[in-house]
Parts: sequence; structure tokens; C-alpha cells
Amino acid sequence: MTTNDARAREILWDDPAIALIRRDMLRFAQLQLRDAGAAEDMVQEALFAAMSHAESFAGRAALKTWVFGILRHKIVDHLRASSREICGADLVDATGPDGCMEDFDALFDRRGFWNPEDRPATWSDPEASFSQKEFWAVFEACLDHLPAHIARVYMMREFLELDTGEICRQLGITTGNCWVILHRARLGLRACLENRWFHGEAAT
Amino acid sequence: MMNCKEVTRLLSEGYERNLTLRERLALTLHRMACIGCNNYGKHLEFLHKAANRLREGRDDVTP
Repeated sequence: MTTNDARAREILWDDPAIALIRRDMLRFAQLQLRDAGAAEDMVQEALFAAMSHAESFAGRAALKTWVFGILRHKIVDHLRASSREICGADLVDATGPDGCMEDFDALFDRRGFWNPEDRPATWSDPEASFSQKEFWAVFEACLDHLPAHIARVYMMREFLELDTGEICRQLGITTGNCWVILHRARLGLRACLENRWFHGEAAT
Repeated sequence: MMNCKEVTRLLSEGYERNLTLRERLALTLHRMACIGCNNYGKHLEFLHKAANRLREGRDDVTP
């Protein structure tokens, strides 16, 4: 057991698999922080923290889950510390009772039903996309394409698993506002994926 | 009867809070009649799964 642990620790740093994990972590952190320097630091810290507990996982998949867990905690801490910098007022403006859904209102007709050209299509076997790296590039591009503050709330919710209550507290917005922002993020992401990924797929 | 705009909002809120029985019933009825919203509901599930994959550091991508 102990010899295995020692060997695992030796292998870890040299393993090209670690370089791949590091690359994925960096991408994940940058997506959320939009600050390459901070992302780099956080990934490094998370890797170091993981390595100091190298005994507690068995194999690469376990390691990856483990370091991503640490990384998420670091990102949450960072966001907590810097949440004062995020202007809650911007979020409220963007989702005010009138202006809020203007861009997406265009998807629906006067009575609130889908316009024929915007009606969500049937995606055949969407989960097959998960194994394609091109899909993830599109997914990330679509996240990037969302307004920054909307993407941030969405990622806090879906990637960092903060509940809406906490997100609201941190950003100083109401729960209702938070829901609208998440709804907007989902509408935008869905439409983007359909246009940039599934539309092309369906045509083949 | 709810329109699609309301239905999409409610489908999203279903990920944030427990919907009431009445709301769930209205969603089911609407989705049975509306292919667009039924697809939308499936797409949200897909988005949620995709986010889960990304969160765990997707491991199954063919290089």
C-alpha cells in the first residue's frame, strides 16, 4: 500500500495525463474568472493541494475529480472575496421588469408562442456530442457569447453549485432577478447550441 | 393555458425551486401539446448534464 502511494506520487508530476488535467482545469477556471493570471494561480494551488493528499485517491479519474473539486472551492472563495467588485446594479438593470427580456422576447410572437423559425428543434442523440471535443469548443464559445454578468451567474449556479440564495446574497440581487438571469442564460445557451452545433448536425 | 414564454420561464425555475403541483400539471399538459416547449425542456436537461460534465472535468473526450 505504502509503496503504491509513493509510486503514485512520483508518477503524478511526470505523467502527461497531469498536463492534460492541468490544461482542462485552466480552461475551466478561465471560463469563469476571465482573468488568466488569477486562473493560473488557482489551478497551481489546487494541484499542489491535491498532491499533498496524493494518498487519498486511486487513479487518474479519481485525481481529476478531486482536483476539480478543490479548484471549484478556490473559485468560490475568490468570487466571494471579489463579489464587492461585481456591480449588482448592473445585473438589476439588465433584468429590470421592462428591459429584461427584450432580446429573447423576439423569439415569441405577440401571444407568447414560439415563432416558427425559433421553435426548438428535435436534437437527435445529443449526448453523443459529449465525447466530441469540437462540441465542447462550441459550448464554451456559447458561454463566452453570453453577456459576462449573465454567464457569471449561470456558472456560479451550474459549475460551482451555489444555490440561488447565496448567489443573490453575494451579488446583492433579488431571488426573482437571479431566476430571470438564469432563465436568460439558458435561453441564450440553448439557442446558441442549436444554431452552432445541432443545426449543422441535423443537416447531415 | 400558459403560453410558451411562460412555459420556458417555468421550466427554468424548476431547476431553482420546487414547482407547485398545479405548475407541474400545467407544464405537462402544455408539453404534450407543444413540440417546441417539449424540446426546450429536453434541451434544458441536456444543458444541465453538459454543465455537470464540465464541472467534473470531462474525462471521456476522445483526443
